Amino acid sequence: MKLKGCAHKFGDAINTDYIISGRYKFRIQDPKELAKHVMEDLRPGFYKTIKKGDFLVAGSNFGCGSSREQAPIAIKNAGIQAVIAKSFARIFFRNAINLGLLLIECNTSGFKQGDRLEVDTDKGYVFSKANGKKVNITPLPGFMARIIKDGGIIRHFKKHGGFKI
Amino acid sequence: MAKTIAEKILSKHAGKSLKAGDYAICTVDFCLGQDGTSGLIIDALDKIKAKRLSAGSRFCMVIDHSAPSPNIGVSAIHKKMRIFAKKESLKLYDIGCGVCHQVVLESGNVLPGDLVAGADSHTCTYGALGALSTGFGSTDLAITLASGKNWFKVPKTLKIIVNGRLGKGVYSKDLILHIIGDLTADGATYEAVEFYGSAIRALSMDERFTISNMAVEMGAKCGIIEPDHKTFKWLKALTKKAITPVYADKDAQYADIKQYNACKISPKIAMPHQVDNVTDIAKLKGKPIDEAFIGTCTNGRFEDLKIAASIFKGRKVNSNVRLIVAPASRTVFLKAMKAGIIKTLIEAGANVVTPGCGPCVGTHNGVPADCEVVLSTANRNFKGRMGNPHAFIYLASPASVAVSALLGKITDPRSYIR
Repeated sequence: MKLKGCAHKFGDAINTDYIISGRYKFRIQDPKELAKHVMEDLRPGFYKTIKKGDFLVAGSNFGCGSSREQAPIAIKNAGIQAVIAKSFARIFFRNAINLGLLLIECNTSGFKQGDRLEVDTDKGYVFSKANGKKVNITPLPGFMARIIKDGGIIRHFKKHGGFKI
Repeated sequence: MAKTIAEKILSKHAGKSLKAGDYAICTVDFCLGQDGTSGLIIDALDKIKAKRLSAGSRFCMVIDHSAPSPNIGVSAIHKKMRIFAKKESLKLYDIGCGVCHQVVLESGNVLPGDLVAGADSHTCTYGALGALSTGFGSTDLAITLASGKNWFKVPKTLKIIVNGRLGKGVYSKDLILHIIGDLTADGATYEAVEFYGSAIRALSMDERFTISNMAVEMGAKCGIIEPDHKTFKWLKALTKKAITPVYADKDAQYADIKQYNACKISPKIAMPHQVDNVTDIAKLKGKPIDEAFIGTCTNGRFEDLKIAASIFKGRKVNSNVRLIVAPASRTVFLKAMKAGIIKTLIEAGANVVTPGCGPCVGTHNGVPADCEVVLSTANRNFKGRMGNPHAFIYLASPASVAVSALLGKITDPRSYIR
């Protein structure tokens, strides 16, 4: 799979409260409405700056904190096609895979805000046009890649009549 | 092959021998959802279209994150949960029952050696009973509820040994904050943590829940304390079920072993806006606070309220501070009431609110104003956590919060402990 998009750069330890605040997740059930508040406490007005297919780029421990699935839902519905980070927190990682939101683990130090990035998941790299460098991706375990390919855990579960490890 | 507790529990639930790094389908013993996650669990179940809920009798929902409802949107979610519970004959703990993790503990539904999945990140609390208990998202929980199973990656295990005795005025909250500060917020990502040592054995069950509760704040999948006579006594009061504790093998393989000396740990504080931003509370001595909060799944239990009451007895909360107290459950509330603790707190000027999570998750019951400083017994101090991204949240033990509320400023509690 080849993807192209623009980088929105964030730092380390982006927790799920930052991704979608408890102020919204408890009262808004519509994913499109939730998406309007994505990353709002860190970067007010962020939603309006996203173009469909952009990437969210961050440092280590992305998605730490609460188990709220509204976090990957808000990211996905805001038009972000993948999150590229140095590492992901465990529950967020599972949630994103389950919902079919693509996560890419690689060294993101060289990527800057606004960089045009090209991702090739088959060949396993992220290419930055700005610095002309390719960064290798840590591949997803086969089972998780299959869940993403099936379009999330529910489709995977229905397609195989259970889990196919 | 010698195994850790996590490897043993997951092997038992997969019906085959597993080691760290393996993936397996495991049967889950108990699962739960709360009002922040159950709406999406119900939506996911709609999509799954399961004929029956395999784990229905081993599941409960708790309305605790916004209880009673502060607005129309939340009311709709609560209504959806009530209708779903009735339709599927599921156990629902409605408003006022308390914070899910205290309610589930008190229900006697979680036993040593169990595998538990909860749609709340602090599900790791039950690790203090010797269970492998971990947080899930809503869709994961729905799949578990429908099939009775889910997929698990067998985690590596980090062994933490704490020997020595905690000093006067130093509590399990200080110990776990110290450990998180040392290991950092991703120091144990995707790992199981096992806690050992004389300092851990010396802790009461309420104090142990505080330790396991915060394991997720260093990224861990679970934080397990091996069961002992205290665990068994505590469980005996709640359930007649047979208990089959799981212990690690002597030569089990650990990813790392960390040792701490409890004698050397002083009262700690986590500063904004990260839980691992920990320092000695004495270093912030004199910083004025606007709001003090005692409660949550970390520190809203009977012993926590008792410590606070012992400090407030015959004294008044500083006039510049609002003190909010949320007992962790109705059972805790009643017990504290019978012991005269609630009366002491209210006489001191505390605002005792409905058992639940409200202030901690910023839904209601104490949202701070811009630039205000909150000292809280909760487990998270993320920007915006309590409902206002322009406030500053500090985390400490119930004793530290109580003493600081009395004086109106951050204070090392040791000189005030009676």
